[in-house]
Amino acid sequence: MANVKVLVAKPGLDGHDRGAKVVARALRDAGFEVIYTGIRLTPEQIAEAALQDDVNVVALSLLSGAHNTLFPKVVELLKEKGLNDVLVIGGGVIPDADIPGLKAAGIAEVFTPGTPTSKIVDFINANVK
Amino acid sequence: MAFEEIKAGLEKYHAEVEAKLVKNPERANLVPNRLYTPVDLGENFDYMTKLGFPGEYPYTRGVQPTMYRGRFWTMRMYAGFSTAEESNKRYRYLLANGGSGLSCAFDLPTQIGYDSTDPMAEGEVGKVGVAIDSLADMEILFDQISLDKVSTSMTINAPASVLLAMYIAVAEKQGVSADKLRGTIQNDILKEYAARGTYIFPPKPSMRLITNIFEYCSKNVPLWNTISISGYHIREAGSTASQEIAFTIADGIAYVEAAIKAGLDVDAFAGRLSFFWNAHNNVLEEVAKFRASRRVWSKVMKERFGAKKAKSMMLRVHTQTAGSMLTAQQPNNNIVRVALQTAAAVMGGTQSLHTNSKDEALALPTTESVTIALRTQQIVAYESGLADTVDPLGGSYYVEALTDKIEAEAWEYIKKIDEIGGAPEAIAKGYIQKEIQDSAYKWQMEIEKGDRIIVGVNKFTQEEEAPKNLLRVDGSVGKLQAEKIAALKARRDNAAVEAALKALEAGCADENVNLMPLILDAVRAYATEGEICGVMRKVFGEYQPHTTL
Repeated sequence: MANVKVLVAKPGLDGHDRGAKVVARALRDAGFEVIYTGIRLTPEQIAEAALQDDVNVVALSLLSGAHNTLFPKVVELLKEKGLNDVLVIGGGVIPDADIPGLKAAGIAEVFTPGTPTSKIVDFINANVK
Repeated sequence: MAFEEIKAGLEKYHAEVEAKLVKNPERANLVPNRLYTPVDLGENFDYMTKLGFPGEYPYTRGVQPTMYRGRFWTMRMYAGFSTAEESNKRYRYLLANGGSGLSCAFDLPTQIGYDSTDPMAEGEVGKVGVAIDSLADMEILFDQISLDKVSTSMTINAPASVLLAMYIAVAEKQGVSADKLRGTIQNDILKEYAARGTYIFPPKPSMRLITNIFEYCSKNVPLWNTISISGYHIREAGSTASQEIAFTIADGIAYVEAAIKAGLDVDAFAGRLSFFWNAHNNVLEEVAKFRASRRVWSKVMKERFGAKKAKSMMLRVHTQTAGSMLTAQQPNNNIVRVALQTAAAVMGGTQSLHTNSKDEALALPTTESVTIALRTQQIVAYESGLADTVDPLGGSYYVEALTDKIEAEAWEYIKKIDEIGGAPEAIAKGYIQKEIQDSAYKWQMEIEKGDRIIVGVNKFTQEEEAPKNLLRVDGSVGKLQAEKIAALKARRDNAAVEAALKALEAGCADENVNLMPLILDAVRAYATEGEICGVMRKVFGEYQPHTTL
């Protein structure tokens, strides 16, 4: 699919962005158009950026444990802005037990430590609308 | 035995090996040479200049004359989660089980100067560390822990002045004077901009706060390590070993320059500067890194800054095993990784050590997994023999050659950063961040191509059940802290708080004022951390990051 636009974003106060940057770069190398927001964004700022940049995918990264609060909030705000077709995925230090809840809240897939970046690329290609 | 003879023998050895390589091939992607001999050190290898003796310049072999023959390193487990009450329990457990120092992990709102009730704190309260909103929380955190008996390290940077003031105020309440306090604040803002992310203020007022702390502590808290110049997070962000020490020492140079510029004498504060290294997977490379870092820093202090006191030239270091090397897959394997990393830190000559727990790629550690991590240090200390002689790998042809190589690479980077205009400028331009990111990406691609093997991740994988018994921080911590803040505001002398905050605001606006006494006054009056940092935010503004990809 041509011109898939991905917003890689870090909600919350967590500054660990090695993973986010590596994923962003791998997505770019895979041919996607990638925007990286930088760290410490509120869910509002992320949803606004997704709207402004007209992205197809929002990839959230969080290692601080605040994912159960902040990931669903991003999805909610995207919907409020009418961005119902945006594919939202997440990654970070996320216990398996939290994944069903996140999926129910609209996170299409959660990628935990050790995931090859190629798997994220494949998932986006298969699921982007 | 003549040098030429070794050289000739070496040539013969390589020729014979190469002739048989087709039949007996070596593994691909090996970085070191096949063999190290005196030839790698050069004919004129000068023991006294390169190594010297432990406790003597250039400190290659260690900063103390007898190293662990006198006393082991401080076994300092980084801990903190949820409320002050919960974390206090964990601290007392660690001390009762042979931990020899404390290390406080604060939650992100505390690290970024927000009260638990701030909208920015949503979802983050008590998650990655303990939530501290005021002196009242700090009193609970150190309840029944005598601050004259324990040394405490606090991972706190942008608001380091506030948390240090709280610690001093708790000690006052215990009847312990500030000159008896031992411990460390991280207080290293430059690596926050470059790699860790918990910055608040722009560089200029941040550097002022740091030099204010140097000055205040040199007079009032003389045993305190006023900064822990940290390579740990730079390495975690993906740098190489050489980059870790080079970027960190470049940061160190910037702090020393700032303090000298503020009028401090180098020997008045340099002895209280400390460092923080990562203990990564490649054992011998790590040992060489520690040794090289001491050599580089001692030269910087002596030759560049004209330090006279021996203490000013010593790179004293706390170490943490590499969190980013823990795997979520087959987490028990992490126990072995941590043991090897511990061996590296000890053979490298660290002064204190935190060992990570096996479950930290999944969540904060449970008491059980923390106990294994602490026991790992104790086994290395008491059973392995690694701590029984000073710098046991000194003289290894490979380790000496590697020490030289890492030192040379570090100098190369320091030179480059000098040319850019110093570490703050190199960070402002995104140079350091870019170098780190490139290394991180290279590492990941090596794993994905199978050029780098991580056991259980890209080789020897197996189906496994989801791990049970992970530590979970209750979502109610935020609510609990909000109730505490409300009760505090109802019972404290709010006029005194307001007066202290006004005085602080005026002090912030005058560059010649040392802010530490004013912050201490506000803390004593039970102003919250968010109120104190709020005043500073108002005057100083906030840092705008340079985001590179």
